[in-house]
Amino acid sequence: MEPADDLLNEMAALEISADPMRLNMGPSHPAMHGTIRMVIDLDGETLINLDVQPGYLHRGFEKSCERGTWSQVFPYADRLNYVSPMLNNVGWALAVEKLLRIEVPERCQYYRVILGELARIADHFTCNGASAMELGAFTPFLWLLKVRDWVWDILERETGARMTHSFGRIGGMAAPPTATFKDDVLRLIPEVHKVVKETEIMLLRNRIFLDRMQGVGVLTKEQALSYGVTGPMARSTGIPYDVRKDHPYLVYDRFDFDVPVGEDGDNWDRFMVRLEEIRQSVRIIEQAIEQMPDDGPINVDDPRVIFPEKSDVYTTIEATIAHFKLVMEGLRTPKGEVYSFTEGGNGELGFHIVSDGSGTPYRVRVRPPCWYNLAASREMLLGGMIADIIPTFGSVNMIGGECDR
Amino acid sequence: MSQAVVDRLNAQFGERVLETSDAFGDHEVRVALKDWAELAQFTKDDADLQMDHFIDLTAVDYPERESARFDLVLMTRSSVTGARIRLRTHVKDGEEPGTLSGIWSGANWAEREVWDMFGIRFNGHPDMRRILLYEEFVGHPLRKDYPIDKAQPLVPYRDVDTIDKLPPFGIEEGQPFARIDWESRLAGADSQVSPALGVQQGQRRTLSDSEAAQQIQARIEAQMAKRAEAAQASEETSEEGSEE
Repeated sequence: MEPADDLLNEMAALEISADPMRLNMGPSHPAMHGTIRMVIDLDGETLINLDVQPGYLHRGFEKSCERGTWSQVFPYADRLNYVSPMLNNVGWALAVEKLLRIEVPERCQYYRVILGELARIADHFTCNGASAMELGAFTPFLWLLKVRDWVWDILERETGARMTHSFGRIGGMAAPPTATFKDDVLRLIPEVHKVVKETEIMLLRNRIFLDRMQGVGVLTKEQALSYGVTGPMARSTGIPYDVRKDHPYLVYDRFDFDVPVGEDGDNWDRFMVRLEEIRQSVRIIEQAIEQMPDDGPINVDDPRVIFPEKSDVYTTIEATIAHFKLVMEGLRTPKGEVYSFTEGGNGELGFHIVSDGSGTPYRVRVRPPCWYNLAASREMLLGGMIADIIPTFGSVNMIGGECDR
Repeated sequence: MSQAVVDRLNAQFGERVLETSDAFGDHEVRVALKDWAELAQFTKDDADLQMDHFIDLTAVDYPERESARFDLVLMTRSSVTGARIRLRTHVKDGEEPGTLSGIWSGANWAEREVWDMFGIRFNGHPDMRRILLYEEFVGHPLRKDYPIDKAQPLVPYRDVDTIDKLPPFGIEEGQPFARIDWESRLAGADSQVSPALGVQQGQRRTLSDSEAAQQIQARIEAQMAKRAEAAQASEETSEEGSEE
């Protein structure tokens, strides 16, 4: 017998308290997706109480919006859900356009749809890959993330930035599609299908993966509605709510696509709903590419909203002044209050904006889908085991930038 | 958004519905603060409305308005009919609206955020803590009179007794492979060599020389002595037994 064993024996003889143990998980914890803290009361390994404490990434998005112009919100909006920034960009543009009562040209609408669905594919691949990685499957994570890189390659070619594009504009987009845009996207589509297939082969018959996902982190339909859960998480519980179907914006009413729903609302359903949504996004992209006109304007023809051409700014006084006014005063919106909502990566991304008629937003409220999804995570975790926090929290896909704003 | 919901509320509540609007296609009903929770409950329970899907609850600050400073805005949706409605009420500074967290669970966090950002407390809320900011934060940042560049006081180190949170290590156990030898620096030594070099040159004790390590060593030695004693005692008894 080693001497240390005796020491351990002696320690084992000490009285161990039977009280619940309080454990502090986060705010900086390798298994937590963002900086978020959970204070957990444990009975053995069972969670008997849980306090989820967000806010570590709060940087005052809503306050910051109140001091710039309407256009200056785009870079902030990028940093809400930084996994699918294009969806936020378009969401903000649509909100202000609703207030201005303008509609962008058809070509731009298709362009926004395709870029947005590409971002959604990247978002869902990232979430599912991270879910697999947290259960020890590192290969799927890398294989899924390579698709995100391919998507970002396209977005980089279009926007000039891989991640925070700031590409949306009120009344259009920053630039028209490049000449190779359609070909690039069409080349990506078979690759996406291939990786989805590979994911299914790798994970769907993996015993460890099944055990950790099925029946874990269950959320009921009633709980989901009451908590305001939206997006893939709501659909996994059987609520067929998709903003693209229920309240079509842009040109989503012209596409034929399905809304996948789950039955049990567990981790497995959330994983599968996201996987199927990738396929549906690809379907939308295929139809959009076919229908998208090859030429035509991208921006609305409205000098109150759209910046004049740079070549005119440097050569004519009218354009110089128009540019100056748009930069210094910002575009003017009518007085009023609108709520505009789109389907973001994690659910209903809403912008509730109040305008006092000036060039600066009076109040911007973003309805972050993650916020309410995260609030519901307490119901999913309570009564479960401490190890189940990892897959469940992963499948909630909490994005700190959007949740804490 | 749906006109049918507005009509139903008008029919049910009559004059208690103060104002309706459908600007920009968003249907909205304004009620008095005293009717706030009752009307919200009705929209959820009524068989025609069934606004069971919570969407959002937020506030808007109008410091120049004399009648009431804040607008409280609630958005809900029906998963059955697909209708949407926005409820609004005016709240004076210091007034406490009734909580909706018993009607929709999602209102719990939303109301905590409104308290955090606007300083509106909710009557009957089960857990009225700040949610995005911390307890020591002074003021409510989304009020218009809160300057965006205001600095907050430094919070002293929190002495948490319920969650046993201790400084990670003492100096001794600290970081034996750290690049800076803090122990000797704090002791006033001018040598700033890496600990490994310090050990080689005899400037710094190794971890096994530390007090804690010595204590453990002493305990182990005591254990071994005890064990040896016990072994000897049992040997003696067995020897005695064999003699018999």
